[in-house]
Amino acid sequence: MQRIGVFVCHCGSNIAATVDVERVAQYALLEPGVVHAEDYQYMCSEAGQMKIIEAVKEKNLTGIVVCSCSPRMHETTFRNAAKRAGINPYMVEIANIREHCSWIHKDKEEGTEKAVILARAAIAKVNLNTPLVPGESRVTKRALIIGGGIAGIQTALDIADAGYEVDIVEKTPSIGGRMSQLDKTFPTLDCSACILTPKMVDAAAHEKINIYTYSEVDKVSGFVGDFTVDIRKKARSIDMDKCTGCGVCSEKCPMKKIPSEFNRGLGNRSAIYTPFAQAIPNVPVIDRENCIKFKTGKCGLCSTVCQAGAIDYEQEDEIISEKYGAIVVATGFDTIKLDDFDEYAYNQSKDVITSLELERVMNAAGPTKGHLERLSDGKHPEEIVFIQCVGSRDVTCRGKEYCSKVCCMYTAKHAMLIRDKYPDVNVTVFYIDVRTPGKNFDEFYRRAVEEYNVNYVKGQVGKVAPMENGKLLVQGVDLLDNRQILKEADMVVLATAIEPEAGVRKIATMLTASIDTNDFLTEAHPKLRPVESPTAGVFLSGVCQGPKDIPETVAQAGAAAVKAIGLLAKDKLLTNPCTAQADELLCNGCSTCANVCPYGAIAYEEKEINDHGIRETRRVAAVNTALCQGCGACTVTCPSGAMDLQGFSNRQILAEVDAICR
Amino acid sequence: MTYSYYPGCTLKTKAKDLDIYARRSAKALGIELEEIEEWQCCGGVYPLATDEIASKLSSVRALNEAKEKEQDLVTMCSACHHVIKRVNDDMANVEDIQTRANNYMELDTPYKGETKVYHFLEVLRDKVGFDKIKEKVVNPLKGRKIGAYYGCLLLRPSKVMGFDNAENPSIMEDFIRALGATPVVYPFRNECCGGYISLKEEKRTVEMVTKIVESAKGAEAEGLITACPLCLYNLNKNNSKADMPVYYFTELLAEALGVKEEVEA
Repeated sequence: MQRIGVFVCHCGSNIAATVDVERVAQYALLEPGVVHAEDYQYMCSEAGQMKIIEAVKEKNLTGIVVCSCSPRMHETTFRNAAKRAGINPYMVEIANIREHCSWIHKDKEEGTEKAVILARAAIAKVNLNTPLVPGESRVTKRALIIGGGIAGIQTALDIADAGYEVDIVEKTPSIGGRMSQLDKTFPTLDCSACILTPKMVDAAAHEKINIYTYSEVDKVSGFVGDFTVDIRKKARSIDMDKCTGCGVCSEKCPMKKIPSEFNRGLGNRSAIYTPFAQAIPNVPVIDRENCIKFKTGKCGLCSTVCQAGAIDYEQEDEIISEKYGAIVVATGFDTIKLDDFDEYAYNQSKDVITSLELERVMNAAGPTKGHLERLSDGKHPEEIVFIQCVGSRDVTCRGKEYCSKVCCMYTAKHAMLIRDKYPDVNVTVFYIDVRTPGKNFDEFYRRAVEEYNVNYVKGQVGKVAPMENGKLLVQGVDLLDNRQILKEADMVVLATAIEPEAGVRKIATMLTASIDTNDFLTEAHPKLRPVESPTAGVFLSGVCQGPKDIPETVAQAGAAAVKAIGLLAKDKLLTNPCTAQADELLCNGCSTCANVCPYGAIAYEEKEINDHGIRETRRVAAVNTALCQGCGACTVTCPSGAMDLQGFSNRQILAEVDAICR
Repeated sequence: MTYSYYPGCTLKTKAKDLDIYARRSAKALGIELEEIEEWQCCGGVYPLATDEIASKLSSVRALNEAKEKEQDLVTMCSACHHVIKRVNDDMANVEDIQTRANNYMELDTPYKGETKVYHFLEVLRDKVGFDKIKEKVVNPLKGRKIGAYYGCLLLRPSKVMGFDNAENPSIMEDFIRALGATPVVYPFRNECCGGYISLKEEKRTVEMVTKIVESAKGAEAEGLITACPLCLYNLNKNNSKADMPVYYFTELLAEALGVKEEVEA
């Protein structure tokens, strides 16, 4: 028989306001096995933990039930307290009377009754608990970064500088990401390329960093410290070792009218191309869908002109398999499609562009060589209207409910840069709210208004109408003045909402990392563990976790690196002992459990079994405890009841159910 | 192709043309429009008060009659279409309205939004097909530059109406093209004409209508078509310059199908 102590936490008023904690403790004392029960204001505090430790020693406790918050919050805390008290950490059970009880009830009587029941269930379970000992697993001292934008580059540099090997996998032909497409950066207006390209070079030159561009993650298996990842190196059609990056192939390529992804479709590229001049690696790619050679078998001009003989039409996708201890997701973002926003006439007029397209227009290396001009007729604009929150903070199904966070600042930046370079251009900004928290951010916005006379109008735009005179009639509302505004503009710029890069859902699924309804990756705790995924060994860097600007992205990239380094610095990890076990006498070798196991942890072996004196060779399940994550899928699917989960045995679960139903 | 047909009050009085040309054209296209017996006024506006059912009952009666005849229900007037389509959506999806309307109606089988409601333009597009209409045109309106005026009632709320892209519609342009005329796309074709505001604030309606007509003129439209008697009234009466002819879409259809004169005679 266990000697159980029950510790009921007030959690300040979080629990105590809705649950009569004293009564929970009193009732607990009536349960079988319970020899001690008490309540305290903050069980997780040092004083609270000492109460547990003292009670264990005084009353010779063998099991502990803590009635408190979710085990996700403090299970580890109380297991450590048990260890300090000299009992096995797995003799601790948490009754979640906060998230599952006090926070969702208003009536104290109801809340108390439910808390008592939850405590009863936990006590029933501890009565059947057995001490468990964690195993050990190794840590591969190499990190994988998925995504080669500023987030991925910064995380890679920080991990590599700490002395660990890092691989970056980037799906486009070059690292650099969205930041490489930007012209200037707020709030200091320094040139984006000038601060990014040195980091790209550093990453490429770093002896610990290995970059796979034009590559994608194909498959992930394993677990924290010991992931195995298949990386698909897409056929570049170029021998990277031979190519000198001279660029003659792109110059001579006859297919020159392919919309350039890097210039957001505003300029063209050839079929064999490097996305931009500072690309790393400076090795082109053949876009096979548009290449004449691949489409018709004729041409082959690039191969003829290549002095290095680097063109390889026969190249095939190559899959390499690597082991990693940690994986950092840094997949970034894209702007949303505007097909459902026809009121802004984006698809009807070339002079309606997104802010990211304006970055390319303003950039000296962009399609207009940095000259601000209308894309329809090349004319210099006199009147520009910016519309903020296009698809952001939009509760209709066509947009995003969240604030994209960066638009207020980049719109102020665009407005200011235009007014500075072209003082003759009038700039109007329609906004819902101007949100500029951040160091030197609000000062920046005020400069746009006060020094650069940008006309900020609080209100939204209902229609952008392309007129027969080539201008755009902007119909909006000035909410402060309570009047409708009709304004003829030469260009309209849409601050388009940002969303996670399209492939992120597939990657999250491979990593079993959770994502929210907007496809942003979920952090392990929104405040206290913001750069870790709930999946152990997976870390988050940059906009894949939520909208953020460059300073924030870089800060988060560093934080993700530190967390990854903390993992890689360990030689061994303790593994969760709550794994499945097969009862060989009951197992009939049907394979049902192996079919449902998401981790491939169950194998079958031919084994000699002594079944009550009868010796025979049978096919039985065997669990690889290093791979088993303790999900329990096998235990409920096994038709003969042979599978059981340590720490969550069928007996324990049923005892809990019985206690609840009593 | 036989449909239940709900003409609505205005089509019996001020907007007889909309109705007569439609019926004759339908006949020419092999569509049979069976007028619902003892239909009542749709109310003219969709009642926004959520607890209001009295002014929805007329629509429910029409919808239920079509259901009992196992026919789809066709409308001609934008306002009637708007009201009936939205009430039908309520009857399918809003439990409270469905329950209370049925309690009042005391039908043998409760009505739950089963009837499909089509505007005549949708019938032309989806059931007949503009390609077929093109084949049946005997008098193509060659060289005529016609602007489509949608107004708001056919398009919004777009999720319920499901008529066309509310911000950039094309069904009426495709219709004009099928008749052999040249559609003129102008930006304000889906802006409100002022509706009933014209009764109270004439000046405001004049502003709204002028904006629409000027926009159409800028795109070189010679005339406009509409499906709405109120839009037609406003575009005619409140266009300060009175220089843009406005037709019901059915009139041009009858003309192109070569049955217009027959109707006039």
